Amino acid sequence: MPMSLSTRSAMYAYTGGRPFDAALPCVVFIHGALNDHSVWTLAARWCAHHGHGVLAVDLPGHGRSAGPALPDVEAMADAVLALLAEHGVQQTALVGHSMGSLIALEAASRAAPGLVSHLVMVGTAYPMRVSPALLATAAQEPLAAIDQVVTFSHASMAAKPSYPGPGAWLHGASRALMRQVLARGTGVAGIEHNLFHHDFTACDRYAHGLAAAEQLRTAGNTRCSLIVGGRDRMTMPKQAATIAQALGAQVHTLPTAGHALMQEDPDGLLAALRLSLR
Amino acid sequence: MAGYAAPGFDTLALHAGSAPDPVTGARAVPLHLSTSFVFESAEHAASLFNLERPGHVYSRLSNPTTAVLEERIAALEGGVGGLATASGQAGLMLAITTLASAGDHIVASSALYGGSHNLLHYTLPRLGIQTTFVRPGDHDAWRAAIRPETRLLFGETLGSPGLDVLDIPAVAQIGHDHGLPLLVDATLTTPWLQRPLDLGASLVLHSATKFLCGHGTVVGGLLVDGGNFDWDAAHARHGRAATLCEPCDGFHGMVFTEESSVGAFGLRARREGLRDFGACMSPHTAWLILQGIETLPLRMARHVENTQRIVEFLATQPMVGRIRHPSRPDHPDHALASRLLPKGCGAVFSFDLQGSRRQGQAFIEALELFSHLANVGDARSLVIHPASTTHFRMDDAALAAAGIGPGTVRLSVGLEDPADLIDDLQRALKVAQKAA
Repeated sequence: MPMSLSTRSAMYAYTGGRPFDAALPCVVFIHGALNDHSVWTLAARWCAHHGHGVLAVDLPGHGRSAGPALPDVEAMADAVLALLAEHGVQQTALVGHSMGSLIALEAASRAAPGLVSHLVMVGTAYPMRVSPALLATAAQEPLAAIDQVVTFSHASMAAKPSYPGPGAWLHGASRALMRQVLARGTGVAGIEHNLFHHDFTACDRYAHGLAAAEQLRTAGNTRCSLIVGGRDRMTMPKQAATIAQALGAQVHTLPTAGHALMQEDPDGLLAALRLSLR
Repeated sequence: MAGYAAPGFDTLALHAGSAPDPVTGARAVPLHLSTSFVFESAEHAASLFNLERPGHVYSRLSNPTTAVLEERIAALEGGVGGLATASGQAGLMLAITTLASAGDHIVASSALYGGSHNLLHYTLPRLGIQTTFVRPGDHDAWRAAIRPETRLLFGETLGSPGLDVLDIPAVAQIGHDHGLPLLVDATLTTPWLQRPLDLGASLVLHSATKFLCGHGTVVGGLLVDGGNFDWDAAHARHGRAATLCEPCDGFHGMVFTEESSVGAFGLRARREGLRDFGACMSPHTAWLILQGIETLPLRMARHVENTQRIVEFLATQPMVGRIRHPSRPDHPDHALASRLLPKGCGAVFSFDLQGSRRQGQAFIEALELFSHLANVGDARSLVIHPASTTHFRMDDAALAAAGIGPGTVRLSVGLEDPADLIDDLQRALKVAQKAA
């Protein structure tokens, strides 16, 4: 029973522990900078076992997907849409975290009318500015930058229940994942400096967010939601207000979570996601 | 978290994995002596079993108190997750069976704790898993022993009883060259003295019975998944790690590296190993070990300080022959220890007592502060005669290969006043002298 997809674009997608069925209401999960599909596995498994077709993608150049990494949010959005077209998806929800939320927003605005029924932006902000100091550290000392981001992304040393299960140390898992994605991406053509710097630059430079939101709101075909961490220090809740207003989105706040809110409050995330997908 | 910097070791020892209880406000880690945990609904139950939601089902798989300990040791070691087991031996068995099946092979240090040696040399071959033992410092031997069916390299931070220092960076590199993880038993050092994952190891094992617990009250093991080994690459290039990279029949075809890109080992070890073999840690034991870990940094500093004073005292005694502690310049691994263990080489070491077997017995029986028993890492000082106790199953050749002689005495230095410990040793040496 295949649990992931082979694609012409060599883009890997985890399907939540069930074969992908394009006839079911689809949910596409898009990870953030220097992450991969595994940040979504609990929610993806839940959706796959509750009536959805699931694609939790590894973006090009990330995780199990071949390179090159794509230059900007717009190109990454096109890659996601191409994957949907390849597998005959007629209607889908797009759920993205951090950089992935910008990709989901852009993809929704670029999609054919009616394709994107729901947009869920998780741990988001617009504009998603990255400090010059962090960009410089990411370029010169990516391992040190990873340690900084891990510290900033977690609101506590004891989020419960742990992700993906008891005994997991969230800070360590986040650090290890970013290191693995960075290592696998080393040498992939098309990456400026390194994948960490590449992804953070893509977030920093994305400037089409308000226009994309206006387009979605005007069309009126997409139900939009934000899920934000009340203690998020990477994309602070107040920095999500502009895009939430532009989208006319419903905002769900997980009060104890930081930026890694799928890991810090997986049950809260699932509850908010279920509300968002109604 | 209050600050912007990553929390330090001492902070993690007190806080990692635990927060005030949201229901009761309890500040200390609550002890959840419950076999099972109530489901919110039938759907919640199914979701927990199918790994769609996180949480506790049954204490053989996980428990809230035990989970705090698991997260804390993972944090202290710099790993991605921990697994608590009934003993250190259970942790070793869990590590091996998560990666190896009948027909597979392990390369291990010849200077292992006797119980580990016994498991690998006598018991696992009955299950079809063979081990080749190599001297820990012989890197060519590590390389030469690797076979296509090898699944794991295994050594101890400090070997027993000669205190051989494992060159973790070198052995880990040999492993990486061949797509093999290095499992390191760090019982004698604890993460306060050395973090094997930082040096390239992939998995860390502790007998938490010893220094992590510190009070000598409970038996337990802890296994840490470093999350730093690319199982997919090892599988693709070398054909290894099939248990993590291929569909698991016992879990509906789940591929563990797809479920968790960095925590696949821990996921399979818990979902299959703890589930099927059942060697879990009691929550009460976990709670007691947590009490010990909270003071680990303070205790280890004192253990190391006391040990140094006792080593220096013994070096002046005519009845004492070779002292095997890497802090001694004549220890073969002194330079390596200076590089890899700059904070100290632990509080367990051995020395050769010159004289007859009768004198050796007289020495051990004359000790009063040092308790004669088969454990190490207690807050109290301990002593044992390895040839007649911990290593008694080894034949003479294996004993000699492990550096154990008939007069070898092993000490575990505790937290008593060092002057009192020296006084105890001095008096026992006099008794031994008179027994000639």
